[in-house]
Amino acid sequence: MAQGTLSRTTPDAINYNQGKIQRDLIVRRIGKIGMAINPVFAYFFLWAPILLLVIFSFNNSRTVATWRGFTFQWYQNVFSNVLGTESRFSTDLMLQSFTNSLLVGLCVTLIATVIGTMVALSLARGNYPGKRVLDGMLFLPVVIPEITQGISLLIFFNVILNFINGTFGTSAQLGFGSIIIGHVAFNISYVAIVVRARLSDMNPRLEEAARDLGANEWRTFWRVTFPLILPGVIAGALLAFTLSLDDFVITFFVSGVGTTTLPVFVYGLLKLSVTPEINAISTLILLLSTVLIGIVMALVGRNAVKL
Amino acid sequence: MAVGVRTSTTPSYTKEKRRGAALALPAVIWLGLFFVLPLLIVMVISFLTRGRTGVQFAPPITIDNYADIFSFPYIDVYWSSIGIAVVTTILCLIIGYPLAFFIATRKSRVMQNLSLFLVILPFWTNFLVRTYAIKVILGADGPINTTLLNLGLIAEPLTLVNTQFAVLLGLTYSYLPFMVLPIYASVERFEFRLVEAAYDLGANDIRAFLRVVLPLTLPGVVAGSILVLIPTIGAFITPDILGGTQGLMIGNLISAQFRGTGNWPRGSAASMVMLLLVMVALLAYVFVNARSAANSRPAKS
Repeated sequence: MAQGTLSRTTPDAINYNQGKIQRDLIVRRIGKIGMAINPVFAYFFLWAPILLLVIFSFNNSRTVATWRGFTFQWYQNVFSNVLGTESRFSTDLMLQSFTNSLLVGLCVTLIATVIGTMVALSLARGNYPGKRVLDGMLFLPVVIPEITQGISLLIFFNVILNFINGTFGTSAQLGFGSIIIGHVAFNISYVAIVVRARLSDMNPRLEEAARDLGANEWRTFWRVTFPLILPGVIAGALLAFTLSLDDFVITFFVSGVGTTTLPVFVYGLLKLSVTPEINAISTLILLLSTVLIGIVMALVGRNAVKL
Repeated sequence: MAVGVRTSTTPSYTKEKRRGAALALPAVIWLGLFFVLPLLIVMVISFLTRGRTGVQFAPPITIDNYADIFSFPYIDVYWSSIGIAVVTTILCLIIGYPLAFFIATRKSRVMQNLSLFLVILPFWTNFLVRTYAIKVILGADGPINTTLLNLGLIAEPLTLVNTQFAVLLGLTYSYLPFMVLPIYASVERFEFRLVEAAYDLGANDIRAFLRVVLPLTLPGVVAGSILVLIPTIGAFITPDILGGTQGLMIGNLISAQFRGTGNWPRGSAASMVMLLLVMVALLAYVFVNARSAANSRPAKS
């Protein structure tokens, strides 16, 4: 296209333009090369670390440098109480923390999905003072750094538990309750955002039609609105489950003794060292999140990009 | 009859408007109690003093905690964190901007979805595991060091873990998708015929890019930069696992004050200052967004 432009220039300007053409062509060539290299480099950068981790979890050597044949040894070790030289590792503890994660995840998903869907409906269909403020507020748990939320909940529970234990002579402490409360607090926002996207895609005339045909609000919701937003609600629920299962920072601050979740347990291991057994555990966790994400993607399709 | 139906449904329409508020109530209570109130408590405690053994915070009221944060050695951690966050954002921009163009210019829908999916998928996998993967790569017997040793380029393995470089690499790796997605959204809407128009009017590649492509994709660039900048300022896992003492960030500073023999009021003050930084970045974004929305409106018509 640039050549087309330049061929229209007058003969007098040709000598002067010769240098410019040369320069423009060099710039174009550099641009083309850059645009060709960039995706190769970027995809390599995004995928090489994960793929190497997965591949070397099957490597018949303790190092991640050279391939020495295929083995399930590290996976066997993980399930028979062996983790390199780490003596405190036990398979039971790992499985217990995984069960804890699932338990917390299920409770969080249930509560956050109900509350998040309700607030999404309220924001999409309601009309009351303070609605816009609430709309903005709902984004705060998504943007405020997790560490701030983590320490603020730690202080909050400390104050509350001190007060309760002092008043009633009980000995309540941090545990599943505090983890679930903290996870729900940030997941309400994520569920609400996903469900709202679905609600705004929906034709409100359908609800009006149901009303005109004599359905009351309750009936209209369960027979018209809910079936239409159900994919959004399920996607929101799965997102909440995934985020709860993956959360480390908030859990790290508000979990008590004996209520370790899988990420907190794994953090303890991978902070210590790099071993093929940890590569194996990491691969299993990657598999778990990939399966969950696959389900979310299938449900929301391209809308997942907007999250 | 039809009139009767209409009069009976009209009140329920208005009733629904009022009920909208009731549906929001559980969320308002939960977020008020377990999100806003804890933040307010942190704010109060940031002005208190550390008590004697066992008491984490007590009167008198003081601004000493903030004075601590704004003096050596804490303030240095803030500056280096801001530096790390800015460099990470620039690195993500350099890698992410052309990548977003690559994705948006795929001819077939399938290829476009696939190339986008390949960017999103790593971003949804467990953060700890991704950070650990970087630690494996950079390790003394990891693939980078082994390759360099085998090629004879180095005699001793390089120390790559527990450096600021490792933190930068880990953060860029983790937050790159945050940069790509908003830019992709801008580029997808971009009318490529405008570039041809610029060429026809005599612009060269650089001029066409600076005057046409960049201004029209700027909203995506700004959104992506904010999405990378904010979480990197508050990063904790990445510097904790990859940084050691060399790559300390605000997140580590705050966390340390709440573990073991830490000082809760000082940690609270550190947290408040970080929150302020995040809020400034957010407000700047809202401001720029509002201005570019106002500027782009007459151009469209």
